[in-house]
Amino acid sequence: MLGALIIVFREVIEAGLIVGIALAVTHGVARRGRFIGAGVAAGIVGACVVGVFINSISNAFKGIGQELFNAGILSIAVVMLTWHNVWMARHGREMAAEMYKAGEAVKIGASTLAGLAMVVAIAVLREGSEVALFLYGIFIASEPGSGMNLFIGGLIGLALGAGVTALTYGGLVRIPSRYIFGVTGVLIALLAAGLAAQAIGFLEQAGVITALPNQLWDSSGILSDTSLIGKVLHTLIGYSDHPSAMEGLGYVATLFTIALLMKLFGHAGAARQNTLGVPQ
Amino acid sequence: MKPVFTRKSLWSISVLALCIFASAPGLLAQGATTVNLTLKNHRFQPAELHAPANKPITIRVTNLDATPSEFESKTLRVEKVVAAGATITLQIRALAPGRYRFFDDYHEDTTEGFLIVR
Repeated sequence: MLGALIIVFREVIEAGLIVGIALAVTHGVARRGRFIGAGVAAGIVGACVVGVFINSISNAFKGIGQELFNAGILSIAVVMLTWHNVWMARHGREMAAEMYKAGEAVKIGASTLAGLAMVVAIAVLREGSEVALFLYGIFIASEPGSGMNLFIGGLIGLALGAGVTALTYGGLVRIPSRYIFGVTGVLIALLAAGLAAQAIGFLEQAGVITALPNQLWDSSGILSDTSLIGKVLHTLIGYSDHPSAMEGLGYVATLFTIALLMKLFGHAGAARQNTLGVPQ
Repeated sequence: MKPVFTRKSLWSISVLALCIFASAPGLLAQGATTVNLTLKNHRFQPAELHAPANKPITIRVTNLDATPSEFESKTLRVEKVVAAGATITLQIRALAPGRYRFFDDYHEDTTEGFLIVR
């Protein structure tokens, strides 16, 4: 039971953190519950669909369908997160002003809300499909009795994942509203950079990207990225214990691109206040 | 104030990104050594694979179990789901001599294997 719990929990940490961040970013926004909820629901449905068709996905594109699928949805998430930060750079100051007026719902664009919902859906889909496959495996493989035990372990793992969401959200909304946009802006930029590096990793695995394959470092002895802390850092800042040079380059390039776009399209007045998460 | 990008343009970017990925051909490594691996009762057979150094390697993993697995290796930098009864192919870059560990992420307690490169 403990084994199943740990495996499932490890898979859902990433999705749990991302949902928590999305909720914190949209704190006080009207209709955000519906959007984020729809994202989670779409992710769960998508996870089951991917679970069922995993073999067809694998065989697509001469056997590299799984890698291309992962890289593709990760890239969409990176675009959506970038879009969110650029939007916030433009409208952050108005939103901050609105947040001081008690009881008034903050107006965040429907497009950026939909973008965040999509990021949530992608995170849930990616991790959820592995959980679905694992739990399905347990269900059909084990003899009566022990299967139920493992299944309950898996469910507790899922519940702990929801706990991660609650912790992330609870921690982030405690940040004073003066700093919240800056903090979440930096968080989302790092998250996007980490996901971009992951997408590159899948493209390298598929053999689509072959340049700069050298390993930058191996810190698995110090902090494995499959350990609990490693996994959390893997999601939050894109920590990897054995990144390739190309992944490192993608990481830095994504951060740079987001900062540049925020500067280009951001509100000049708001940028001066540095409430936007642009490192200055 | 109008958003910088419209929702439509966001969709176009996403679709474009997907098309670029989809059109990239699966590059089959030339002159690669192929090694075969099966999973049965959540164990790798053989548990030790051998391949020459400095040449690309193709690993074919067939899952003979009734449950899905995830073939994973930190040092080979791969992770890929293998459905029940299915076979996946992995293209591994040319490797330096060494012992590379792999496992099934869903059953790490029983599945462990090594790719020995000389």
